[in-house]
Amino acid sequence: MTYGKQSTRSVSESTGLLIRPNWDRGILSWLTTVDHKRLGILYILTSTFFFLTASVEAFVMRLQLARPEQSLVSPDLYNQLFTMHGVTMVFLAIMPLGIGLANYFAPLMIGARDLAFPRLNAFGYWVYAFSGILLLSSFIFGGAPDVGWFAYAPLTSLSNNPGNGVDYFMVGLLISGVGTLVTAMNLIVTIVSMRAPGMTWFRMPAFVWMILITMFLIVFAFPPLTIALFQILMDRTFGTLFYDPAGGGMPILWQHLFWIFGHPEVYIIILPAFGVISEVIPTFSRKPLFGYAVIVLSGIFIGFLGFAVWSHHMFTTGLGPVVNAAFTLTTVVIGIPTGIKVFNWLATLWGGKIQFTTSMLFALAFLVTFTLGGITGIMLALPPFDAQAQDSYFVVAHFHYVMGGGALLAFFSGVYYWFPKMTGRLLNERVGKWVFALVVGGFHLVFFPQHFVGLLGMPRRVQSYEAGLGWEIYNQLSTAGTWVMSVGALIFLISIFQAFRNGKVAGNDPWDGRTLEWSTTSPPPYYNFVKDPVVTSLDSWWAKKYPESVHADVDHQAEAEANHQAEYGGAGVHIPGQSWFPFIAAIAIFFGGYAFIYDNWWLALLLLGILLVSCYAWALEGVGGKHINPESEGIA
Amino acid sequence: MSDTSATSHVAPKTYRSSPLPDLKLFMWLFLASDCMFFGTLIGTYLVYRGRSLEGPFPIDVLDIPITTVSSFVLLMSSFLMVLALHALRSGNIPRFRLWTFGVAFFGAIFLGFQVFEFSTFVQEGLTLNQNLFGSTFFVLTGTHGIHVTIGVLMLLSILILSYVKPMTSKDSLFLEVTGLYWHFVDIVWIVIFTVIYLVEFA
Repeated sequence: MTYGKQSTRSVSESTGLLIRPNWDRGILSWLTTVDHKRLGILYILTSTFFFLTASVEAFVMRLQLARPEQSLVSPDLYNQLFTMHGVTMVFLAIMPLGIGLANYFAPLMIGARDLAFPRLNAFGYWVYAFSGILLLSSFIFGGAPDVGWFAYAPLTSLSNNPGNGVDYFMVGLLISGVGTLVTAMNLIVTIVSMRAPGMTWFRMPAFVWMILITMFLIVFAFPPLTIALFQILMDRTFGTLFYDPAGGGMPILWQHLFWIFGHPEVYIIILPAFGVISEVIPTFSRKPLFGYAVIVLSGIFIGFLGFAVWSHHMFTTGLGPVVNAAFTLTTVVIGIPTGIKVFNWLATLWGGKIQFTTSMLFALAFLVTFTLGGITGIMLALPPFDAQAQDSYFVVAHFHYVMGGGALLAFFSGVYYWFPKMTGRLLNERVGKWVFALVVGGFHLVFFPQHFVGLLGMPRRVQSYEAGLGWEIYNQLSTAGTWVMSVGALIFLISIFQAFRNGKVAGNDPWDGRTLEWSTTSPPPYYNFVKDPVVTSLDSWWAKKYPESVHADVDHQAEAEANHQAEYGGAGVHIPGQSWFPFIAAIAIFFGGYAFIYDNWWLALLLLGILLVSCYAWALEGVGGKHINPESEGIA
Repeated sequence: MSDTSATSHVAPKTYRSSPLPDLKLFMWLFLASDCMFFGTLIGTYLVYRGRSLEGPFPIDVLDIPITTVSSFVLLMSSFLMVLALHALRSGNIPRFRLWTFGVAFFGAIFLGFQVFEFSTFVQEGLTLNQNLFGSTFFVLTGTHGIHVTIGVLMLLSILILSYVKPMTSKDSLFLEVTGLYWHFVDIVWIVIFTVIYLVEFA
């Protein structure tokens, strides 16, 4: 794979104590990379890997449930499978996929050369990747967590769950939370401080807006989870009484803390998906995004309100009618901004010259599927209904329509949309239509019947069920659907390899795009842009190509570019050197996780020392890198 | 084909869309996040307040006069922090070193008080797993103590750095950002002191 040829002509400069590496290619250049594009690709590849593992877990569960009273997997293994399926999908697959797309495209879309803190970005990635490996390794080392992805106390207490699985769960999520938090802060600083000249807040692409909101949600939502995980670890390791009813502790507190994180987490997953849809639909409708400002503001509204709905996950715990009513109200209200977005996307389609590319098809499927998930969400927001459907397959169907039919289909759309930019090759469109049909068709075949079997009373998280309850046909349909989806996913993977081997060359702007990432080469050079982009309108790249279009401001564009050139032109760009220390620090945290799980305090102390040393080396290694002048070098 | 200024070390003038330095904005975001960390811990403490099944209870072990002294020392360190930053900005390196050492020293005194307090409590039978008060108290104040320790480490690092190389505007930004962190940790202590200590004797 050729990726953004790096120039070796420039001289390294170092003002620090250590010399930062400057590898162009090979494995070392990836281990030490600080380039947001490479890290974005690593995020996407790693999350795809975890997608596949979680899909295999789901596949095995569906095989087990295909017929009543089967014993393909034991109840105990089944518990591990559904726990790891949930944890992997939420924390290691869907959320990092959104972060990966953000990592690659948010800087490009705002005209930046990298993130504000490139090494911290590398650190965030490695911590995420290692935390995933740590969680997954629990299968090998004596049993994965078997407590459900929300790990309700007191099921997680040492007396109820003496194995190491729960420790893996807590430590793994703690570590991955560290990576997610620093990456979120990094992206916020980037979006605030590194936008192209002229890119005011309301000239920023909708995708970048959604990422900004998502990252704020991460900043505020992850700490409660982190503390709750830490409290469970303290309970298990040092015998504190946080969630021990015998000592006066209240297990319900865990539910509150978990869902104060958990519901914003839903929006952390879905808002980047909204962002992708807000880019794809206008591009392939050949129209500006309808109600751009309303899309942005409703996103902000969702961000705030997302923190005020958590107890709708707890309607059946006996919070009382007043609390239930209040959270019903907020939950129904949060449907309004979401609905507004759906109508805006529909209005964008209205009257557009719609191009049915694979990316667009996935986006349209998202609209339908996500709306279905939203409607069942409103049903579940009503406590009387929720009391009936609680813990049934109806809930499973609901959140898979939102997470899978919402986020996953949107990310499929995004990958088809941006693959040519990342690789310079187009994915085969004809094969893409097959992928679309199989994935979307298979998805509905898996999850649509689950609404019915749920209403018929089938509880979730059961390893088997009796024959004769009328559940057989729905389960068979579901299992058949997993086969269809798997074939679709397989063809998708093959088509990626095919694109690398002999895919059509994409060119810089295959979709006639609207935003700045399409103004540079595919793949972009490591310095992203030859010239600093200068922005005078929304959809600035589109406006530049089509001066007669709505937002274009031709007179000011030339003037603004000249002004920028006069003040900042010719200075060139500084590209930071690579670094070993993000990787080493993440390794120390990774093994530190194992040390904590197995209560090996000397090892933990040693690794803490390594972490500290690498932090100091990180701070003191100096800037390094190279100073280049892309304008005079031409396009590399 | 030229590598301009590869030798000149003049930083290129780059456009920025915000006047706030990256590092400072990052610290503000971290502190926003940290508010939620401490918010959760303090929330847990309040939820479990008065729910311990057996002693020692807060009223049995908390020592207001001693903690008032240590709290006062910590708050005064914030004052020295302001002086240290002012001295560095006006180029008065000896004063900057004095005040920075003062902040770190006051922080260390506070930590010393905390070690003393913790060991006294353990002697009086209050441990992590004795009762809910012990669990919530030690985890909350311990987390705060770790924050102070990290702050002391950062301050000492800057202090040592000032003997190794000349101080630049970047270092004064670093000191300022460390100061933000330090003041935040102090403010959190005011909340903790109120919620854990003062409320019991109200």
